[in-house]
Amino acid sequence: MTQLSSTEVENDAAETGPQSDERREAWAAQLAEALGDGFAEHHIIPGSDLWVRVNRESWTDAASAARDQLDCQFFDWLSAIDWLPSPYGRDMDAQEDNPEPKAADPMEQGHAGGETRFQMVMRLYSISEHMGITIKADLPDDDLSIDTLISTFPGANWHEREAWEMFGIHFNGHPDLRNIYLPGAFEGNPLRKDFPLLARRVKPWPGIVDVELFPGEEGP
Amino acid sequence: MTSVSADQRQQLAYVATQAADARLNVEIETEGMTLNIGPQHPATHGTLRLVARLDGEQVVEAEPIMGYMHRGYEKLAEVRTYPQVTTLINRIDWLGSFANEVPFILAAEKLMEVEAPPRAQWIRTVLFELSRIANITLFLGDMAVQLGALTPVFMAFRDREFVLNQIEAATGGRFHPNFDRIGGLKDDLPQGWIDDTKQTMEKMRDFCDEFEELVLGNEIFQARSRGIGIVPAEVGLAYGLSGANIRASGVDWDLRRDGHEALAYDQVDWKVWTHPDGDSFARYWVRLQETREATHIVDQLLDGLPSGPIMAKVPRIIKVPAGEAYAATENPLGEMGYYVVSKGDLVPFRVKIRSASFSNISITPWLLKGVYVPDIITILASLYFILGDIDR
Repeated sequence: MTQLSSTEVENDAAETGPQSDERREAWAAQLAEALGDGFAEHHIIPGSDLWVRVNRESWTDAASAARDQLDCQFFDWLSAIDWLPSPYGRDMDAQEDNPEPKAADPMEQGHAGGETRFQMVMRLYSISEHMGITIKADLPDDDLSIDTLISTFPGANWHEREAWEMFGIHFNGHPDLRNIYLPGAFEGNPLRKDFPLLARRVKPWPGIVDVELFPGEEGP
Repeated sequence: MTSVSADQRQQLAYVATQAADARLNVEIETEGMTLNIGPQHPATHGTLRLVARLDGEQVVEAEPIMGYMHRGYEKLAEVRTYPQVTTLINRIDWLGSFANEVPFILAAEKLMEVEAPPRAQWIRTVLFELSRIANITLFLGDMAVQLGALTPVFMAFRDREFVLNQIEAATGGRFHPNFDRIGGLKDDLPQGWIDDTKQTMEKMRDFCDEFEELVLGNEIFQARSRGIGIVPAEVGLAYGLSGANIRASGVDWDLRRDGHEALAYDQVDWKVWTHPDGDSFARYWVRLQETREATHIVDQLLDGLPSGPIMAKVPRIIKVPAGEAYAATENPLGEMGYYVVSKGDLVPFRVKIRSASFSNISITPWLLKGVYVPDIITILASLYFILGDIDR
C-alpha cells in the first residue's frame, strides 16, 4: 500500500511525459527483436499509446513475448475490426433518410497499417510499467482464422468466443467455440460492416434533429 | 512469476481439504447432478444463468451463460453520433452510469486533441466518485443479503439514495445522467450543492463505519467468506480481473493513480487499498475501504474546486478526426475502456467496449471448480458484476 501525496504524483507525471516515448520505442524494439520477421510495423503516439502489427503466424508469440519480456501480465481485451466501408452508404452511418447512392470509400486501415479487411486487435497492459500495448494482426479474407491465445492468457477464452460470433473469425485450438451472446440459431456475424442493422433500415433515426444546422451555419 | 500449474496445485489442495471435510462425498459416491441457477435469480443481479454440474454438494464444473440482455451497443454505436453514444453507454453499468461516460468522452477528446478545462475535470472526477459510492454501497448491502443478512441491504438502499439525490441535483438524472460532453460538461454545479454533498459524504462515512462493524465484524459473514474463492494474483491478471477484485489479491494497481487520463485524481491525497488474501472477504473489505476513501476524495476535490469555464471550445457539430484511441478509467467495477476508431465522420467507425464485469466473471469456470453450492453464491456476490456490464 502506498500513500501518494500530490507532489509525488506531479513529479511522476512530469517524468513520464518525455520518457514515455523512449519507453515505448524500447518496447517496440524489444518485440521486433523477439519476433523477427513476424513483426510488421509499429506506430507510436508520444506519451499516449503504442500500436504494433504482427504477422498472423506470430500472434501467439507476440502475446507471450509481451507477457514475458515486457511484463504485460494483464490481459486487457481482444477483438477484431472490420475495415470495410459500410456498403449501405450513409444511411447506416448517419442520419440521412434516403441517401444518394455514394461510391464506397477506399478501405483504409488505422494505426500501424494493414492490408486486409479483418484485423485482430488485442490489448495487454503492464502493471509494473503502467503502460499498455495494442497488438494487431491481419487476417486474409479467404482464411479468417488465427491461433488461440488461451494457453498464454486463459482470459482470452470468452473474448475469442465473442470475436468468433461477431466477426466469424475462427480460432485454431479453441476448445469451446460457441455463441456467447447470440442465440444458438442466429445466422450471420453482426459486427461485420455488411451485416445490416435492420432497425435502422426500417425506420430512420429521429436523432437527425440533433445535427440540423442553425441558420447561417456551415454544414459538417 | 509462479507458473499456473502451481496455482492449480493450490486449487487442488483447496479442493482436497474441502473433500476431507465432507466425508460423505468421499465415502458415498453420489450420482452427478446438474443444477441450474437463473436466469432469474436474486444472486445474479439480473439475468445471468449458471449451469453447475455437481457431485454431491461440490461443483465439478460450472458455466455461466449470458446474453439474455445483450443489446449490441458496439453495433448501435456505429450509427450514432458521438454525443448520442453517451446515452447508450449510460446503460452499461447502470448503477454507476456517469462513470461509464467518462472513458468514452476521454477517448473522443484524445482523438480531437481537446482537453476539458480544469473545473470540468474536477467536477467530472467528483461525479465519478459519487457514482462509485452509489454503486459500491449497493454491493456492500447486496453481498450481505446474499449471505443471509437481510438488514444491510435495506440500509444500503436507504443511504445510497442520499448520493443519488446529489447526482440528480447536479445532472438531472438519478441513474442515467448523460451529463458528460466532449470538451467539458453540460452544466455547472447548482447553488448549495457543494455543502449538501459534503454533508452526504459525512453520512456515507458513518455508513461505512457502521458496515465495518455490522458486516465485516460479523462472525457468520467471516465464516462464510474467509478462504472462499481465492484468486491468486497471476491467475487473476491472466483472466483480466481488474478493480477491487485484483486489488483484493494484493496487486497494487489502480487506474485512477496509474492511468494518464485527464482527471483530477493527481491533485488530491488518497491511497489505493489492497488486501493480500484474495478471498471473498478481501474483496468485500477492499470495496468498503474504497468507498470511504472515495468520500475523502470528493471532500478534497470540492474544497479545491477551481473556477473557470466548464466547456472547452469545441464545434457544435462534432466531427472526430480519423484515428484510433483507447481510454480506460477505474470504474466502480474495474477497468472500463473504449477503443474508438474514427474515420473522420460524425459517427465512430468502430467502438470496442471493454467492460469490467465481462472479464471479471470470465474467471468463474476456473474459480467455481470444487466449491460447495452455498459458496457459489458467495463467490458470485464477491466478484460483483452488473449484468449490463457483461452483456453490453
